[in-house]
Formats: sequence, C-alpha cells, structure tokens
Amino acid sequence: MTRSALRLTAELLGPLALVGLVALVAAHLSTSDQTDAINVLVIATIVIGLYVFIGNSGVISFGQISFTAVGAFAAGIYTTPLTTRQTTMPHLFGILARPELTNVESILLAAGVGALFALLVGLALMRLSGLSAGIATFAVLEITYNIVANWDKIGPGPTTLASVPVTTGVGQATVGCAAAVVIAFAYQRSRSSRLLRASRADALAARGIGVSIVRHRLGAFVLSGAICGFAGALYVHALGSINVTEVYLSMTFLTLAMLVVGGSQSLWGATLGGVVLGVLSSFLTNAVNGTTVFGFSFTLPNGLNSIIFAVLFVGALMLFPRGLARNREFLEKWLGDRPPRSGDALSGPGGVGTVASAAAGDAGAPGTAARSHAAVAEPKP
Amino acid sequence: MNVVGYLVNALSLGALYALIAVSVGLVFGVLRQINLAQGEVITFGAYSLWLMRSLPTWLAIVLCFAVCIAGSLLLQVAVFRPLRGASALTTLVATFGVSYGLEALWLIIFGPSGNTVSMLTSLNNTVVGGAIALRWVTLVEIGAAAVLLGGLLLLLFRTSLGMRMRAVAEDLRAARLVGVRIGQVVTWAFVLSGASAAVVAVLATVQTPLVTPTFGLNLIIFALVGVVLGGLDHLGRATAGGFIVGFVNSLLGSVLPEQELVFVTSLTFLFVVIVLVVRPAGLLAPRGADVERV
Repeated sequence: MTRSALRLTAELLGPLALVGLVALVAAHLSTSDQTDAINVLVIATIVIGLYVFIGNSGVISFGQISFTAVGAFAAGIYTTPLTTRQTTMPHLFGILARPELTNVESILLAAGVGALFALLVGLALMRLSGLSAGIATFAVLEITYNIVANWDKIGPGPTTLASVPVTTGVGQATVGCAAAVVIAFAYQRSRSSRLLRASRADALAARGIGVSIVRHRLGAFVLSGAICGFAGALYVHALGSINVTEVYLSMTFLTLAMLVVGGSQSLWGATLGGVVLGVLSSFLTNAVNGTTVFGFSFTLPNGLNSIIFAVLFVGALMLFPRGLARNREFLEKWLGDRPPRSGDALSGPGGVGTVASAAAGDAGAPGTAARSHAAVAEPKP
Repeated sequence: MNVVGYLVNALSLGALYALIAVSVGLVFGVLRQINLAQGEVITFGAYSLWLMRSLPTWLAIVLCFAVCIAGSLLLQVAVFRPLRGASALTTLVATFGVSYGLEALWLIIFGPSGNTVSMLTSLNNTVVGGAIALRWVTLVEIGAAAVLLGGLLLLLFRTSLGMRMRAVAEDLRAARLVGVRIGQVVTWAFVLSGASAAVVAVLATVQTPLVTPTFGLNLIIFALVGVVLGGLDHLGRATAGGFIVGFVNSLLGSVLPEQELVFVTSLTFLFVVIVLVVRPAGLLAPRGADVERV
C-alpha cells in the first residue's frame, strides 16, 4: 500500500473506528446509559454536519442548528400517529396533517428538508464571509426559532411535540453517524471541496484562478444542511419528543464548541470533538441528578454543569488553539506530507501555487495550503 | 398612538441599539474581533442595578458604570488577551462560550423568573398623553445617545487618544511602528465599551425593568446583526446599522396586528437578510466595497 493510500485509509477509518468504539461501549451499557451513548452519536453527527460547511469553507455559521430543528420537527410530525396529530396540533396545514411516514422515510425526509432549507438560506447568504456570515447566520437561527415557536400551523408551537415513536437505538445511531462520516469523507476528497479549501486559504488567489467561491460554498452548505437535518431526525426519534428550545442556542453552542475543540479543519477533529465533548457533556448533565465516579458520589447544582463546560471549553481553546486534532486528519502527522514551510499563506510561498495545484486536483492532503492556519485563522491586524 | 409616536419610539429603540453597536464596534475597531459576551456585561450591569436598589439612584448608576467597566476589562484580561493571535472565528466562538457560561451563572444566582429594577420609574411617565403617548424614557434615550455619540466623535477626532485609536483601527502594525502603545489603546477601547454597556444597562432597565438571564443576549444579537447590516469595519456605519435595526424593529412592532406581534423578530431579521442579499458588504458601505473583508 502506498503512503498516500495508507493516509486515505486512515483518514476514513480513524473517525469510523471512533464511532465504532462508542457503539461497542454502548452495546455493553445498561438501557439508561445507552440513551446517553445514543445522544453522543447523534450530537457527533451534527458536529460532522457543521464540519462539512465550517471546516471546508472556513466560514463560521451559527445557523446549522436551524436545519437540525426543521429536520427534527419534520420527522417528528410525520411519524406522529394521525389521530394524535389531530388532537395535539389541530391547526396544522393540510400537507403536514397526513400522511404518516415510516421511520426510515421520515429520516430521509428530514435530510431533504434540511438540504432544501439550507439551499434557500445559502442562496441568500453565501456571498457573505467571515464574521459577517457568522452574524447573519445567527439571524437565520433566530428566525427559525421565532417561527417554529409561534406558528401552530407548522408544528406544535411552544409546546413539546410528544408521542413521537422512539426508534433510534444504538444500531441506528451508529449507522447514522458512520454514514455522516463517510459522506463527509467522500465530500472532502471531491474537487469542489478542494476548491473550497483553496478559497479558505486564500480567497483572492482562488478567485484569481477562476474558482466560484459562492457556488462551492453553497454546495458545502446544502450538504451540511442535509446532514444536520438527518441528525435532527435521529435526535427526535431518540428522545420521542422535542421542544423548540432544545434545538436553539444551547445546542448551537455545544456543537460549535465540540467542533472547535476537536479541530474545525479535519474530519478526525470534528468526530473526536463530538465524541469526547459529547461524553463530557452527558456526564456533566447526569451529575446534576447525582452521579458516582470511582466510589465518590456527588451532585452538581443545576446550571453548574453548563458553567463547567463553558470554562473547560474556553480553557481548551487557549491551550489547543488548533483543536485536539491540531487540524490534522487521523495519523496524518506520521503519514502526511511535510507541512508547507511558510505558515502564512498570504505572503509565503504557499500562496497561489498551492491553490493552483489544489484546483488541478493534486492528490495531496485536503488543502495542504488550506491547512496552514492562515486565511480565516489569521486576523488582518 | 399616531405616526409621530411610532417614529419617536422607533428613534429611541434605534438609539439604544446604536449604543450597543458602538460598544461592540469600539472593540472590533482595534482588535478585529467580535465580543459576543458584551451582552453579558450589559446583563451584569442590569443585575447590579437591582442589587443596589436600596442605594441612592445616582450612586447606583455610578456603581453600575464601575461594574460594567470592570466586567469589560475582565473580559479583556481573561479572554481576549490569552486568545491573542487566535482567529476571529475562534474568539467569536470563545466569547459565545463565555456568554453561555455566564448565563448559566446568572440563572444560578438570580433564578429564571427575573428581577424587577424599579429605578428611575418616573421616566416611564408620559410626556404627552393622549394620541401620541410618549414616555420620558424615549426622549432620554434619544438624548443620551445623541450626547454620547457626539462625545465619542469628539474623542475620536479631537483627542490624542482618539487619533491613536483610529490609527490602530486603520493599520495596527503601522500604528505600532510610529510608536502607538497598542496595549493602552486596546484597554481604553474596552473601558469605553464597558461604559457604553453601562448606559445601555441603565436605559434598557428603565424601558423593560424585568432583568432575566438573557437580558443582554437578546439586545446584543439584534445590535450585532445591525452592525453587520451597516458594515462591520467602520464604526460610524456599524452604529448606523444598529440604529436601523432598532428603528425597523420598533416600527414593525407598531404596525403589526396584535396576534402577529410574536413574529416581529423574524420580520426584522428577514429585513436584514434581504438587505444583505442586495448589499453583501453592508447597507451603508460604499459601492464596490470588498465583500471578503475579514
């Protein structure tokens, strides 16, 4: 096996092995702990969804949880039995009042709805970049929340949508998360992703050689929307209920934190962050209800779990500014190319040449130039 | 209420958001980083007003300024300085995290149901009754914003500190080369930003006396969206953007029928999104401005 084939294999198998590990542990847990493991897998799926857009484009988005929200509600509403739907949500539009979908159908529908919504939003916002894009996507999250929470023609409004069939078990969560890994991997090997990563490293140079940044960004955004919507369906079917506050600011923060702590520029980082911080978050949430570690049993006051998580998160950013994975793929440190000599893609020899080779479909690691932490990473002074 | 009343109210909400935009814009100008946790400084100030409710009003307000400035400086030392050199994206997410943690803290200390600040309640009396129904606080907001923004202009364009701040905002490296002490300028930016947060805390608690853990966050999100709408990299435009969002939000709140009022947020943000589609560089940015700014 050649070195680059080895690297490719590691790039895919590393994250898959991690997902498999969670599944393996989950299979040996009690039913109540299994719920936590399923939650970790679902959250990790969302983080991978975020990665597909944020990691590849270098543009921050606070809006992806909107896609999870519409996915979750679409899947939830369409699998709620017709009679229950009539009594709990009497004002629904006709198109939402029937039919009743099966589990798999609802998951596919959620992915589709997520992608469609992302397409609409993306057409409007993909021309923005950097901080402007981040803040504008915040507006999308607010709009989604505001409408879902108040419009009883499209869902349960501020009340909780209960009596959704609980169908996401360890098996389905694992397959779902693994599917997200495979899709993200396939995408980041594609030409479109390479061009996008080139634009992340140096937007000007990328445009100079004819890369349509907006188009490739839109592609990543829609794919990310599909994965986030898909994860929303897994989420609602794991809990059996959903309230709009669950898919709002707090989930946005948690998943973004996981992506950034793991390392926003590699699939391995996203998966690692999702799993490690997902476990941490589950643990802290359980500690509020009392938990036992190594024989010590203790109970956290409600709310302290969020504070501890936030402190650990900000601390991790200071200690590992490039994330736990250091923006490398699994084992890339040993299998990868030598890093480019210049750290600054704007002025260094990385510049246009690397962008050009990326555009030509060079078989290097995804965006050798892109990976150098310039571009987004380097604030213009 | 008639059209004059709508317009004056819209002016006052615009003025409030303009002040928040200034407090974000000042820091952005020198550091090129957005401080999402600025909302928590406002919340902190608002809660401090509640804690000091038994003190004389003037003293409580002075202490509110002290608290906000201290909070702002603490953010600089504890968050921005250690993250120096990190990407704008990283800092944005980090301050989001700080905001998330602080909200949980407010929740533990002050509870979810909110505390009512009953200070300066006389400002809620009406100036003109009847059809127009104006409250004093609306006029005070407009006046305070006008005075403060005027003062800031004087500071930026007529003092040495202002010149240094503008130099750093223009080109940090060049400013350093000609001997501007960057650290000092950054500290001053945080002090001024904290002071405008204090003004916002005082005015906003008069307008809506119930302080909840998300008090500041709700304000900051609107203001930030306004900043982007106006144009992130220019303090004047950013401030104007904050003003526009407040103005539009208030007007929509006045003209929408009662049962549709809950959707004001969506319509305001929709307005912003539409503007950004037409003018990606910001509503007020000169034509042909570079969209790929940050």
